Amino acid sequence: MCDAGADKRLLIVPALFDEANRMRRLSVEVMRRLERAGIDSFLVDMPGTNESLQRLETQGCEDWRDAIGAAARHFGTAHVLGIRGGCLFTPTDLTRWHYAPAKGPAILRQMIRARILASREAGTEETSDGLMKIGQAEGIELVGYGLGADFIEAFQSLKPAADAAIHQIGQDTIGGSGLWLRAEPGESREQADALAAVLAIGLQA
Amino acid sequence: MQDQTDQLLRRILSDVLGLKPSQVDGFDGSTGLFGHLPELDSMAVAGLLTEMEDRLDILIEDDDIDGEMLETFGSLLAFAEAKRAQS
Repeated sequence: MCDAGADKRLLIVPALFDEANRMRRLSVEVMRRLERAGIDSFLVDMPGTNESLQRLETQGCEDWRDAIGAAARHFGTAHVLGIRGGCLFTPTDLTRWHYAPAKGPAILRQMIRARILASREAGTEETSDGLMKIGQAEGIELVGYGLGADFIEAFQSLKPAADAAIHQIGQDTIGGSGLWLRAEPGESREQADALAAVLAIGLQA
Repeated sequence: MQDQTDQLLRRILSDVLGLKPSQVDGFDGSTGLFGHLPELDSMAVAGLLTEMEDRLDILIEDDDIDGEMLETFGSLLAFAEAKRAQS
């Protein structure tokens, strides 16, 4: 977090799961730039990930939504930036920016596909439908993330809100190609500059 | 459409591998991918396939995915061209 007691305060809901690693550097670089613009920002860990003391397996989508709402109240943030899958959990009572929002089913599909690939390399055959059924019935481990059945059930139909009040930030505004695509986590000074500029101008308005 | 598929696939690989377009332009049919590039783990390949679906407007089934198809630029391009011809 960058907390200097500023009036302008932004909560950041990170990209989810594997994408969180690839977007971490950009997120932090944006926070540094916002600090120089006099804006405090707070990058949260989703419950059950990183430094969270919770177990991921016991989390549901509602728990995540509640936790983000609690973080917004705790830090006194009136504004929130969602990044990729993080846009699925931005509180509706805050002024929202959504950067390259991702859909729950698309995120799940990619994780399932990664598991199929890894299993196949190890000589085990699995299918998307089969894994999805297991996930909905008893929860499932996907690329190192143990997800509960309740989470899978809710997450598979989650789509980012499309309210007109949300400030949408597309990759065409930021320039270059999305860093979440990178096989190896990367960084881009230009993209951090662009995203920070969009937010700084928006928060000053 | 074949030239277009080639160009689109190179662009996707440049985005996924974080390479300059000029570097990806140097790929030929035998350039190794999965199993040859350390950054291409299963999650990265899953991302690559998803991008291919979006940008090439194809649908990739579980059964389509095997090590051979992903091994070289040439085999991946042949797969993409065959899929686009079907759709």
